[in-house]
Amino acid sequence: MTEPLLQLRNLRVTFPGPRGPVQVVHGVSFDLGRERLGIVGESGSGKSLTGRSLLRLLKHPAKVETDRLIFDGIDLNALSEKQMRNIRGARISMVMQDPKFSLNPVMTIGTQIAEALRVHENLPRTEVKTRVRAMLDQVRIDDPDRVMKLYPHEVSGGMGQRVMIAMMLIPQPDVLIADEPTSALDVSVQAQVLDLIDTMIVGNGMALILISHDLELVARYCDRVLVMHRGRVVEELEAGQLHAATHPYTKGLLAAVPRMDETRKVLPVMDRDMEYDQ
Amino acid sequence: MTPLKLWLTADAPTSRWQAQAAQAYAIWRSFARNPLAVLGALIVGTLIVVAIFAPVLAPYTPVGQNLSMRLMPPSAEHWLGTDELGRDILSRILYGARITLLIVVMVAVISAPIGLIIGAVAGYFGGWTDRVLMAITDVFLSLPKLIMALAFVAALGAGLQNAIIAIAITAWPAYARIARAETLTFRNSEFIAAVQLQGASHLRVIGVHVLPLCMSSTIIRVTLDMAGIILTAAGLGFLGLGAQPPLPEWGAMISRGRSFILDQWWVATMPGFAIIIVSLGFCFLGDGLRDVLDPRQRDGR
Repeated sequence: MTEPLLQLRNLRVTFPGPRGPVQVVHGVSFDLGRERLGIVGESGSGKSLTGRSLLRLLKHPAKVETDRLIFDGIDLNALSEKQMRNIRGARISMVMQDPKFSLNPVMTIGTQIAEALRVHENLPRTEVKTRVRAMLDQVRIDDPDRVMKLYPHEVSGGMGQRVMIAMMLIPQPDVLIADEPTSALDVSVQAQVLDLIDTMIVGNGMALILISHDLELVARYCDRVLVMHRGRVVEELEAGQLHAATHPYTKGLLAAVPRMDETRKVLPVMDRDMEYDQ
Repeated sequence: MTPLKLWLTADAPTSRWQAQAAQAYAIWRSFARNPLAVLGALIVGTLIVVAIFAPVLAPYTPVGQNLSMRLMPPSAEHWLGTDELGRDILSRILYGARITLLIVVMVAVISAPIGLIIGAVAGYFGGWTDRVLMAITDVFLSLPKLIMALAFVAALGAGLQNAIIAIAITAWPAYARIARAETLTFRNSEFIAAVQLQGASHLRVIGVHVLPLCMSSTIIRVTLDMAGIILTAAGLGFLGLGAQPPLPEWGAMISRGRSFILDQWWVATMPGFAIIIVSLGFCFLGDGLRDVLDPRQRDGR
């Protein structure tokens, strides 16, 4: 097997609490090739923290430790903040939850996407404009010239998220982390946005980490799924093998998904008191 | 309704340009509804026009002495009378508008960016940076403005340039406070995080994303502060620490007229009126601008 694109070993995140440090992520490890990896788990299981730790974006007072964090042969732990900035956006990028909050409200969409490009590359103005237009075209926005002049409040949620994706993909990164990219969107546009992410990832030969609490979604759009619970990876599965999960927590999660042809009187819920930790 | 008005108030503008014009028109309408704001704008506009065209408007030179015409009361020849050296007071006031405008603009140009940057940096980084910068700001805020300006002019030496520097030094803390408060409201927001994860440096985040958002409240505050700046400048001039004679600075003119206040009242009173009118003008304009530009204070108008 070739060297994986991203290697993470024993990620631990701690926050200070009134009774001393509280560990919220307990040693997460995974390898990522040029594939689509899903991370699922309920709220507070550490999915998003894991995503943000990869970019070293967690701020004080969070404390992040890893035994090994290698990206494309570069040891991210050893990089200075300045070198890390060259990785962020350009090599590893992230799409956030809600486009309403993740776009600067007083900047036009065109300027914002151009800004993402300008951070990393020094290009002439006309070239920047051409690239932005091409990018918007790629994320299937009609009439890019008009949209470039709009402000974020003038576009819909789905369009905003597509703009966000354009913004994050324009520097052509190798890894895209999508942290619940559709949770703020209508169900009808969720599929559109995910299809778009999928096309872009596959088309550009990138790696994707899709963070979500929606099992079906992850199974559909990923090759491999990590199930997280209380800051630990409890099970790793091929996306197609989700129904064959062996871990009781994964089984519990799967059982709690409501079905279209529901026959059960009471929907099973997760047993909070159960200790799944090995 | 005229066709222009219909075009400006269209519910469905046909072009972007029309929409922007309509927006400007709507802002102007709500501004015009406040008569004091319009008065303020008129006064400030007059000040600017007078400052630009002072040589054309002034009937005499501001420094030409005529000792045979000393301390003449207002007349058809000298509308506002003459001072103790026989200089025409109207001409001096008109030329004085240039000095006042220069002080106001220079102080705003120097102190607003300093305050904005210090406040934005403090708010953005937080922690120790914030504490140290805000402690310095508080030290400056805790002293009365005029007294601190006096101290600085005394240290730097009297003169117009030093007066401007001294006033600027006393004016920035308010802007730093505003910029910091404004920055705190969005420093943890998602779009700042999004920019950071694009790999933007702190300098870039502050310059491109934080400062523009602090701008509008600072502009309003600067306009509101202009009256205070004019008064401080006049105070310094009155004490002989601002513009030096023979420059026709309004505060200095009042100071010269002080000795004749009972017999020749117009020498001190006329520049006094000028100061009051212009200060009020800036106050009204600032209030009006705040009402129009700050949607949070616009109650369903």
